[in-house]
Amino acid sequence: MEVFRNNGTLEISEIDPFLAELLRQVPASTRSEAVPAVEQRLFSAPASPNEKEFCEEWKLYVEPDLRQLFQTATETVEGDLQQLCEHEKPFANCTLRIPLAHSEAWLNSLNQARIALAAKYDFTEAELSDHYRSPIGSRRDLSLFQVNFYGFLQEFILREMECGGTSPNE
Amino acid sequence: MSASFLISGALANPSITEETKSKEALDLPWQVIVHNDPVNLMSYVTMTFQKVFGYPREKCEMHMLEVHRQGRSILWSGVRERAELFVQQLHGYLLLATIERSN
Repeated sequence: MEVFRNNGTLEISEIDPFLAELLRQVPASTRSEAVPAVEQRLFSAPASPNEKEFCEEWKLYVEPDLRQLFQTATETVEGDLQQLCEHEKPFANCTLRIPLAHSEAWLNSLNQARIALAAKYDFTEAELSDHYRSPIGSRRDLSLFQVNFYGFLQEFILREMECGGTSPNE
Repeated sequence: MSASFLISGALANPSITEETKSKEALDLPWQVIVHNDPVNLMSYVTMTFQKVFGYPREKCEMHMLEVHRQGRSILWSGVRERAELFVQQLHGYLLLATIERSN
């Protein structure tokens, strides 16, 4: 897999079918699926429980806005991911082009996915720091790989947003 | 009784019946705290601080490292209304942020 910036897009090329599938799973991974730990982390309290009135007002007035923000970001990502579904040969490597204008949405959605997966599987800090863990033997292991893969993409997008990269075509 | 006598008498024996403060002064001791979270990337947290608070990168990195090493960092303090807005923005970036009254 190669990642670079090309004419106003972030281009991820040579994506193998396994990683393409993980990318397709970004939107689904952001959903809390009624897992209380995920819901609690995505919509964490804005103050200590002593500030009861403020926390209640937050739930009522701010949380719906946050849900909307997260959903909009994920819909943008879902739209970009359509490129991976239009591939004629299902087992061939493919390319994903992310418009630079969608960078913020991607960062947000990848973060939602990472946080939701980490909360769902209750990953420890040590597990999250172990980037050489292998092999993938369970759904939990796969989810940890997903968290790290999405983190890698976040790092790449951040780097491109901050300093702007160069590509073979630029 | 002259007016000047009244004034000097009042100054000689001052008594405070009611203490008033400006709205801003009442609001001042609120802090925006960001708490450690093993999932958020260090670079992402730094970028978020830059975007939300407009601080220079070095200051954002210092706060990010404080969060990472000490579990929390006070990013801003001031009036409550503004602190709430900052916390809302930080939650939009999925950081663990709270508003707290300063001791």
